[in-house]
Amino acid sequence: MSQILTTAVTAQAPVVKSSPKTASPWRPAAILLALAAWAVASIWLAQNPHNQDLTGILAAPGAGHWLGTDHLGRDVLARLGEAVRVSLGLAVGSASLAVCVGAALGLLAAWWGGWVDRACNLLADAIAAIPGLLWVLLIGALAPGQKWALYSGLVLTAWVEFFRFIRPTARGLLMSDQVQATRMLGFDSLYVLRWHIWPPLSGSLLKLWSYAVANAVLALAALGFINVGIRPPSAELGQMMTEALPYYGEAPWLLAAPVLLLAVTVLVLQSLSVAIARRFES
Amino acid sequence: MFRILFSAGLRVLTQAGFVAVVVGVLSFFLTRSLPGDAAFRIAAGRYGYDNVNAASAAAVRAELGLDLPAWQQLLTWVGDLASFRLGQSMVSGESVFEHLAPTLGATLHLSLAAWVLAVVLGVVLGTIAEVRRGWIAHVIDKVCTVLRGSPPFLIGLLLMLGLAVHLKWLPVAGYGDTENVVLPALTLALALCGGIAQVVRSRLEQVLASDAFEFAQIKGLPLGAALWRHAAPAVALPTLAYSGVQLILLIEGVVVVETLFAWPGVGHALVHSVVERDVPVIQGAALLMGLLFVVLNTLVDTAVKLLDPRQREGNGAVASEGEFA
Repeated sequence: MSQILTTAVTAQAPVVKSSPKTASPWRPAAILLALAAWAVASIWLAQNPHNQDLTGILAAPGAGHWLGTDHLGRDVLARLGEAVRVSLGLAVGSASLAVCVGAALGLLAAWWGGWVDRACNLLADAIAAIPGLLWVLLIGALAPGQKWALYSGLVLTAWVEFFRFIRPTARGLLMSDQVQATRMLGFDSLYVLRWHIWPPLSGSLLKLWSYAVANAVLALAALGFINVGIRPPSAELGQMMTEALPYYGEAPWLLAAPVLLLAVTVLVLQSLSVAIARRFES
Repeated sequence: MFRILFSAGLRVLTQAGFVAVVVGVLSFFLTRSLPGDAAFRIAAGRYGYDNVNAASAAAVRAELGLDLPAWQQLLTWVGDLASFRLGQSMVSGESVFEHLAPTLGATLHLSLAAWVLAVVLGVVLGTIAEVRRGWIAHVIDKVCTVLRGSPPFLIGLLLMLGLAVHLKWLPVAGYGDTENVVLPALTLALALCGGIAQVVRSRLEQVLASDAFEFAQIKGLPLGAALWRHAAPAVALPTLAYSGVQLILLIEGVVVVETLFAWPGVGHALVHSVVERDVPVIQGAALLMGLLFVVLNTLVDTAVKLLDPRQREGNGAVASEGEFA
């Protein structure tokens, strides 16, 4: 998915020399939080996103409906709110669980080595043998329109990236002099984890997490766009684009709204990960 | 060299086997998750809806072993798959093989066109950016970054509206004429070329800074000839290797772009069968897509290994030899 759509690509892409701008991660993080806050607040503030008004379809943006209405007379602003809520919720949730699974298995593989390491690697390779979007599509097909199916598919494909980052890094750290010294001083594994493994990994994990969220948002939108993701009546960004396409001649704003919102969301997430990378890796 | 080919063959077989098992198991559970009693459904398909009764359903259940435990049915299912019995479409009734055979050609056509276009665009953009530098490099960098961040379906949507709806240069969708392939191929190519351009540029930067390239210019070789002689081989390899990394993007893009532009390929068949819950076709199309990914992945990897003199000789000891040949 996507992923899914770009993580694998970005992870191995050459580092492009960027202008020495000191981008702060706080700005994109603030925009993201504002977006999430708006999406949550629209549960109470906006109109019902499923309420149809067939006498007022395709209305232009105005006082009653700030962003107009769609082909069934539903309020577009409210639908955007629901779409962002669903997308971001699923994406943040799946990326967070994927971090936990990937980090846990990566640490386990690095710590134990041997057959545990081989088994984890085999599992990761096996999952990577099928493109992520196909996984999500197939698992989503098990229970059409069910969010848990999409969620499981996203987690299943996203953890591999974290695992593949954590395992070699943690192995290198575990073999370092300071960890050996700590162990000889008698500190336990938890101490090693907390003070030697976690600090150098946390920044990169946060960056990868941000990528994973962006990828999940894109994957959900791509699936919604081809009508195999989240099902109506629940609103979804990609699905809103497909719905708006036939009315492009009469109401181009209907298509523009989800396109712009998706672009902004993904852009914010990507600049967040770039800013985090600069903050932690310089 | 035989070692490389042997390991490639082994890799294809293991990964293909894995893809088949995963797709098979998922499809099996997909069938079981369909509503209603499978025995009644199959009996209705055989004898017609008016002739189904509990007795005929029971006969079907006994004949097909539908009352066996799930794991035994699963083994039978995977066994069928292993012997290439893919079954028939539950919607159109034709065999899955016949249904999917033409789609593979369409998908390969589109992917190849998109990939060639992406490489051409990427190499041209990357070379211009590195040779010219200045504001044009800046613009190209920005464009590449945006393209790499954009999902294919959004690029496709914008191209469709811009080139086909507003300018009316190209057909919106369809299949058959040469002009039909332009829009979907361009969509995928734009999604891929940003990364390629960045790879080309960063490799080219090393080449242009090398002594060999400086000497080539000092001895009076024109820029074009110097680039062709010294930069082309050095750039070609990482570009090829990188397109292996991009295969995921290409395959995922194909699924979405084919659906958007009504291109009758494997991705289109997959999405339609998912919408129709036509499990045998879902299984066949997912299998085909997964195998395509595995085969292309191994092809690119093997080609890189065979073309790279450092890897062909078996180790990195002669690295400096082939570097700027």
